Amino acid sequence: MSEAVSEAPVLDVSSELRAVHSHLARRMLRNPFGLLALVILAIIVLGALLAPLLTSYNPGAASVTNVLLPPGHGHLLGTDGAGRDVWARLLYGARYTLAGALLATVVAAIIGISAGLVAGYYGKWFESTSSWITNVLMALPGIVVLLAARAVLGPSLWIIMVIFGILLAPAFYRLVVAAVSGVRHELFVDAARVSGVSDARIIARHILTVVRAPIIIQAAIVAGIAIAIQAGLDFLGLGDPTIPTWGNMLNDGFTNLYRDPQLVLWPALAIALTCIAFTLFANALRDELERSARPARRRRAAATAAARTAAAEPVQPGSGTVVHEEPDSPGSATLLRVEGLAVGYPQPDGSITRVVDDVSLDIRRGEVHGLIGESGSGKTQTAWSVLRLLPPGGEILAGSVLLDGENLAEASNAAMRDIRGVRIAYIPQEPMSNLDPSFTVGSQLTEPMRVKLGLSKSQAKTKALELLGRVHIPDPARTFASYPHELSGGMAQRVLIAGAVSCDPSLIIADEPTTALDVTVQAEILDLLRELREELGVAVLIVTHNFGVVADLCDRVSVMQSGRIVETGPARSIFADPRHPYTRSLFGAILEEDHARGPYAVAAA
Amino acid sequence: MSEPLLIVNDLVVEYPAKGVGRHAFQALKGVSVDIRPGETVGLVGESGSGKSTLGRAILGLAPVTSGSITFSGRDIGSLPRRERRALSSEIQVVFQDPYSSLNPSLTIEQTLTEPLLVQRISKEDAGARVRNLLDQVKLPRDALGRLPREFSGGQRQRIAIARALALSPTLVVCDEPVSALDLSTQARVLDLFKEIQETTGVAYLFISHDLTVVRHLSHRVAVMYHGEIVERGEGEQVTARPTHPYTKRLLLASPVPDPVRQERRRSERRALLDASEEPDAQVA
Amino acid sequence: MLRFTVRRLVHGALQLLVIATAAYLLLYLAAGNVARTILGPDATAATVAAKNHELGLDTPLLSRFFTWLGHAVTGNFGASWLTSQPVTTAILSRLEVTLTLVLGAVVVSALVSAVLGVWAALRGGWVDRLVQVVSVLGFAIPGFLVAVFLVRALALGTHWFKPTGYVPLTTSLSGWVQTVTLPIIALSLATIAGVSQQIRGSVTDALRQDWVRTLRSRGLPEGRVVFKHVLRNAGGPALSVLALSFVGLLGGAVIVEEVFGIPGLGQVSVSATSQGDIPMVMGLVVAVGTIVIVVNLAIDILHGFLNPKARLS
Repeated sequence: MSEAVSEAPVLDVSSELRAVHSHLARRMLRNPFGLLALVILAIIVLGALLAPLLTSYNPGAASVTNVLLPPGHGHLLGTDGAGRDVWARLLYGARYTLAGALLATVVAAIIGISAGLVAGYYGKWFESTSSWITNVLMALPGIVVLLAARAVLGPSLWIIMVIFGILLAPAFYRLVVAAVSGVRHELFVDAARVSGVSDARIIARHILTVVRAPIIIQAAIVAGIAIAIQAGLDFLGLGDPTIPTWGNMLNDGFTNLYRDPQLVLWPALAIALTCIAFTLFANALRDELERSARPARRRRAAATAAARTAAAEPVQPGSGTVVHEEPDSPGSATLLRVEGLAVGYPQPDGSITRVVDDVSLDIRRGEVHGLIGESGSGKTQTAWSVLRLLPPGGEILAGSVLLDGENLAEASNAAMRDIRGVRIAYIPQEPMSNLDPSFTVGSQLTEPMRVKLGLSKSQAKTKALELLGRVHIPDPARTFASYPHELSGGMAQRVLIAGAVSCDPSLIIADEPTTALDVTVQAEILDLLRELREELGVAVLIVTHNFGVVADLCDRVSVMQSGRIVETGPARSIFADPRHPYTRSLFGAILEEDHARGPYAVAAA
Repeated sequence: MSEPLLIVNDLVVEYPAKGVGRHAFQALKGVSVDIRPGETVGLVGESGSGKSTLGRAILGLAPVTSGSITFSGRDIGSLPRRERRALSSEIQVVFQDPYSSLNPSLTIEQTLTEPLLVQRISKEDAGARVRNLLDQVKLPRDALGRLPREFSGGQRQRIAIARALALSPTLVVCDEPVSALDLSTQARVLDLFKEIQETTGVAYLFISHDLTVVRHLSHRVAVMYHGEIVERGEGEQVTARPTHPYTKRLLLASPVPDPVRQERRRSERRALLDASEEPDAQVA
Repeated sequence: MLRFTVRRLVHGALQLLVIATAAYLLLYLAAGNVARTILGPDATAATVAAKNHELGLDTPLLSRFFTWLGHAVTGNFGASWLTSQPVTTAILSRLEVTLTLVLGAVVVSALVSAVLGVWAALRGGWVDRLVQVVSVLGFAIPGFLVAVFLVRALALGTHWFKPTGYVPLTTSLSGWVQTVTLPIIALSLATIAGVSQQIRGSVTDALRQDWVRTLRSRGLPEGRVVFKHVLRNAGGPALSVLALSFVGLLGGAVIVEEVFGIPGLGQVSVSATSQGDIPMVMGLVVAVGTIVIVVNLAIDILHGFLNPKARLS
């Protein structure tokens, strides 16, 4: 049964994942803002295309006698300063304005995307040259360049838009380069290369699929900018006066602002509406993208999802917690007692996903207690709940966490802050990502000591150097002055351990402290933890999935499965005689130390 | 005695220096190893040992500075891209990270048929072969239309294995294929590797940091440290009774899942470290 | 830090050189017969030739370029073809005005965005929604439309602000406020939209980092975790966006100055370009380029100060 649990397909029925199955385009239509944007754009495009049907006036037909007429009398929106019909100019203007924007966007996209693909995939000098050119292109305000171009090339809309497209190419270039460089080193690209897929196909299939949607978002934004700039140039009177554009209309309206104030309204509305539609579309697409793929959260999502399915599975037969009796009566007092702890994540549809269910354990003063389980067992969630540092959305649903009698599950935030660091400390799993990259190691060590213990700057520094020495860092002064990115994984972990013991806690919660480290470094860190336990008498709750670590370090062990503790007791007892079926299956999965591969024989196949 | 399938001789892989005044980085400093048909050669080492680089060099993913890689009698060390692609039906790979070794936007079917379609196999034949592969790795047929995100780590590794087997290669480079998996899943996937080798006669270069895992599957084992092979021999012997100090340190550093034996190992390790002259400067 | 600054300065100078060269060559290549353009179609060939000689346009393009470069390095950009006024004087006199607007907009945008973005990231709720709405509007509605609207609604309707003109700070504080407020608001809106959203995003990202939980586990007060650590890490990307926006602000200034009748660089850009006054356009290109590079350098230095890893690039 446990086999089924860890291998069960993660069939998540929540609406989130269901949405993921359907195509991105369909999801866009379901998104209210996306739909609104598409409708607005459709209306404007239709208006432009059907202009001859919607008006009988010629947008360029000036008439001295009909200047600045108000709406009505055959002119739907009146006439402008040259007697031309406003509605007609609006409709035909849409054609030129949109066509110009499209031209700029397409030029920018073609240049930017192709340069980006090549630079991102092949890198080297092509990338450095392109990046340099990009920086130069972005160094000048677009308007200034366009004005300069206008100065010598004249007012042609198309030429200006092509030049603008070139200026906007960096927007696509940077996007594509970043996306491609990000994906280029992904293992599935390596796997495709080993499978014999050609470079061109890799780019087309594997890389473009990843970068497709961001390109569309960028195109929408660029189109909006193109419309704005184009309108701006026309507004300044630098556009082509012979063709109707919204910018020209704005210019005319502004000139006649005092005589006919409502003339600016129509082109302004048209421009604003179109730009808003583009922006809304881009935002909606971005939101849908973010919702469907969160690569950084993949692992955690999979883990919690596994826990979800696992928790939904029927309870194992005979699965009350198996407790191994202690042969000797417990000598030390209980430091931390967890009783009936339940932790869950409320879902948007009102249900609650439980990741920890009815967990009870106690940790005695000075003992090392192992919490072992596979991914999705809830062991890390349990550890975090003791510190009340669950990820956003997580809540303690029931139960108590008693530290010397005080219930941490219900303590105030202020009370928890006093306890953290001083009475309960935390050693995280991934050393490199758990140090603030913008501050030196020294300042991160001394800051809590100064804040929590009231030490002066020099006192804290002395103590920090002493701690660094105690965790066997060879050159404490140098490490003190270093930034986290200058340290190796093992050293960073020692720094974190030093920080954890700095305020003399009575309990340390260590979340898989050696999983991210090399084996030889792991052994040293385990030695260190043992040393510190002997020296300081601190209790340790160590979360791990490795039975070897448990055998090396732990006095007592609790085994977790699907949010529950299935077996608990002294380490020796559990190793000698595991009773719960899950524990036994775990032990069964441990590779036999003695088993080796037979001798090599030329295979018959 | 059969002719080795793959012979790596004195391989050096050097990455050029970045920037002014920095040295080139030698990931491999003259490594020699060979693999016979149907054999598993285990490659053990920690981070920075060069074990992954060796695997990547064999796959054509790392630049060869000097030395040779001979496969089926042919020198493949510096093949141009197109000829390298032709090797894809003979040498394949299974990577460590099941979460990034499958393209998240492609269905399983698309991922599995890709290597077949590249070899100009017809769509129908490819489809049949893919269904066959899924059976071989014990995954249900309805997996074909789904996306990677719907599967667990262990299942994704099976898919990666299926992809590797698609073209019936003679050598598969396995780069830490079970390191990211849960304990129970690990055991099952290792069994799958063994079964496939016994059925198809494929050879493995099995890279891992875990001596026990390597021992379970390998006929012969080589231990790497800082770009060099420091010890090699029969798997059983190297992983249980090593002679080189580094291998000994490696062995004694892995904790035994038994408190009594672990205590013994701990004191052996203490003794080894005290006895060795080098200060434990690997404070990493 | 020093090496970093020097490297950036050299880069900037190189960029300026490339821009100036490209601009000079492109402008003159595309310009055609300049004297003819100035004098009109009726002038005789002799007058045209004489004018060309007067303007020094009968010498080869490249040698002209190097002469120009030599003069430019000493600050001499020649004289405008239209007004005969020295380009340098014309630009410097207007520089202060444009810089006031643009730097004012930068400061206002940075402050408002910081407050909105951080608040939205930390508190969510209605502020978050407000930031998103402002983002859409700010991105969508071009600055000059806002300017037009402001002129129409506020300056015409009420008398709090002057619709046109510019009063230097040194002359009268209230006058200065009356003339720069609306232009700065018009300019800032788009920048606030972009930067506040960026800040909101980077603060949210920073809050999700592992080291935030570790800092909390040490018992540090939440205020310290957020305002000292999170903001410092989130500042980097926000600064990048601010740097990018600055270029946009300069462009926006051109139009806003037209709308509000402010005698800055923008106004002179429009007149110079519509009439093909190349010496003036060159002077403007160099002036604007220099401003951008200086501001980018300042932002880069700030970035390097905040984020030690950035100093390596």
